[in-house]
Amino acid sequence: MATITLDNIKKSFGKTDVIHGVSIDIEDGEFIVIVGPSGCGKSTLLRMVAGLETITGGEVQIGGTRVNETEPMDRDIAMVFQNYALYPHMSVFDNMAYGLKIAKTPKSEIAERVAVAAKMLQLEPYLTRRPRELSGGQRQRVAMGRAIVRKPKAFLFDEPLSNLDAKLRVQMRLEIKALQRELGITALYVTHDQVEAMTLADRMIVMNAGVADQIGAPLEVYANPLTEFVAGFIGSPATNFLPAAALPGTPASAARVGIRPEHAWLSTEGEARLTGTAVYSEALGAETLVHLRLPDGEMFTIRQDGARAQPAEHQTCHVAWDTDQQMEFDEAGRRI
Amino acid sequence: MEKRVTFKGWLLPMLLLLPQVIITAVFFFYPAGQAVWQSLFIPDPFGLKSQFVGLGNFEFLLNDPFYRASFLTTAIFSTLVTLVSMGVALFLAVLADRLIKGSGAYRTLLIWPYAVAPAVAGVLWLFMFNTRVGVVSWYLGLLGYDWNHVLNGNEAMGLVVVASAWGRISYNFLFFLAGLQAIPRSVIEAAAIDGARFWTRFRTIVFPLLSPTTFFLLVVNIVYAFFETFGVIHTITSGGPQQSTTILVYKVFSDGFVGQDLGSSAAQSVILLFVVGLLTVVQFKYIERRVHY
Ligand SMILES: Nc1ncnc2c1ncn2[C@@H]1O[C@H](COP(=O)(O)OP(=O)(O)O)[C@@H](O)[C@H]1O
Ligand SMILES: [Mg+2]
Repeated sequence: MATITLDNIKKSFGKTDVIHGVSIDIEDGEFIVIVGPSGCGKSTLLRMVAGLETITGGEVQIGGTRVNETEPMDRDIAMVFQNYALYPHMSVFDNMAYGLKIAKTPKSEIAERVAVAAKMLQLEPYLTRRPRELSGGQRQRVAMGRAIVRKPKAFLFDEPLSNLDAKLRVQMRLEIKALQRELGITALYVTHDQVEAMTLADRMIVMNAGVADQIGAPLEVYANPLTEFVAGFIGSPATNFLPAAALPGTPASAARVGIRPEHAWLSTEGEARLTGTAVYSEALGAETLVHLRLPDGEMFTIRQDGARAQPAEHQTCHVAWDTDQQMEFDEAGRRI
Repeated sequence: MEKRVTFKGWLLPMLLLLPQVIITAVFFFYPAGQAVWQSLFIPDPFGLKSQFVGLGNFEFLLNDPFYRASFLTTAIFSTLVTLVSMGVALFLAVLADRLIKGSGAYRTLLIWPYAVAPAVAGVLWLFMFNTRVGVVSWYLGLLGYDWNHVLNGNEAMGLVVVASAWGRISYNFLFFLAGLQAIPRSVIEAAAIDGARFWTRFRTIVFPLLSPTTFFLLVVNIVYAFFETFGVIHTITSGGPQQSTTILVYKVFSDGFVGQDLGSSAAQSVILLFVVGLLTVVQFKYIERRVHY
């Protein structure tokens, strides 16, 4: 268990700058999720904390000690990889015991710790099997088990659930969160899935092309995005963006305005701020997504209660929202 | 699931197999049959007639101290050639695997020796170690070491081992490198995070995961050392001094073609065939079972 501090971390591969300076103080036991689209540098950032990539600039501290020059084996961290990276020639037991054996832990203690982890992860019946004899979900658990038996200072996860099917993903998500709570070990978790980020994180780092656009608690980030990118990336369905010029009453410095689908509604002509044609509706039961085409050709989505009437195709619709809830951004994408 | 190709009828598959069957028959079964047949006879001193002796040739061989010595020589020689060529190749492959820049040139250079025919390789090494004009023996002389593989059996053995192993390093290197690159990077990284340093990782992860490659190379290299090193030995030592480098296959040649004892020579090649068959069976039965994961 430990705090982790990133102080203006930078990374370049040759001449390509990939991470442009990320800073965060992570508290002991905190669950931090790094979220962003593919290729924005999430894995690179995590791998610098793990010691698998050299650090081009800035400083990483684990438990208050600078670790920039420390080898991965001396950082006392555990990592779960996207493809699990299990040792294919070892049994489940040996996979989990590997780190402990290297640390010269007494045999009886190894057996005990692996047994506890196996019980926690429901892996007891599979301890003698090889990884190839396990399902994807079971392999994922072994990778988790390998991380927890070592009682490391921190857990690092690199998209650990993205190879699982949707149902298993939801289940494992809950288990990971419960395990981390129970063990109280600081976790750094990388994902491109904003739902995973919202549900797991104590705080999340929203990454955009190597920059941490915003760091904060999930609901705070959702309610108050600092950039156009964050407003578009966090929240599902995605925020609608309109040119500010199309809306009367927006400040002169605003270039674009964002309106979340759940903040807009089909209105009467009188209160309408926008008018469009219904293209199609997705009725999901509890809620319905209504997709409109605006006169300029852009799409606009409204999320409404499933019980409300859906507009027919090609029907002209009027849209309104509360101006307090609209988000205004300047030319550079910053929130005004 | 393995994908299976199925044929309708018999004609096409037979036709496709035919060339291989013919080649095997002409170049393997026919000469092997001849060897077995000849091993049962002793030719008279003038080579005009042969006398049937049953297993007499074999009986004589197994009681012959020279033949037994040749067995031991072969065991030492092939163990050394296999160890040296595989050990050096593995070392180079591990280095090349870690190298990112310039690895293309490095690999290409390492592959060249494979293109050199064994006899030519033998001559190259012979020149370098020639007791009078060789570069290496001259330097050894400066260091106060009097190199003379023509008289010293151990030095002769060392030289043929090095010359035989040298050409094989390239071949083994290629397979080891491919094997190393097939190991997922993340597995190695996981081991590093689990606390394993380079040597521990190599011992507990890399080497076990390479074992199918190692096993394959073991079989191939032993067979190479048994048979294909003939050219090297012939050019460098001709089996000498005092038979110290006369491996089984060389003895087949020297007894048969030099000594003109075709019956004994044939019996030796039958024994050799049997030994290699046995080695392969043992390897597949006992070693291969342990290398799959
Ligand atoms: N070893 C490397 N050499 C060069 N470029 C790399 C290397 N690793 C990652 N990159 C580049 O860095 C960027 C960020 O990669 P990564 O951290 O893997 O993104 P993410 O995990 O967010 O999908 C990508 O543009 C990728 O091409
Ligand atoms: Mg990634």
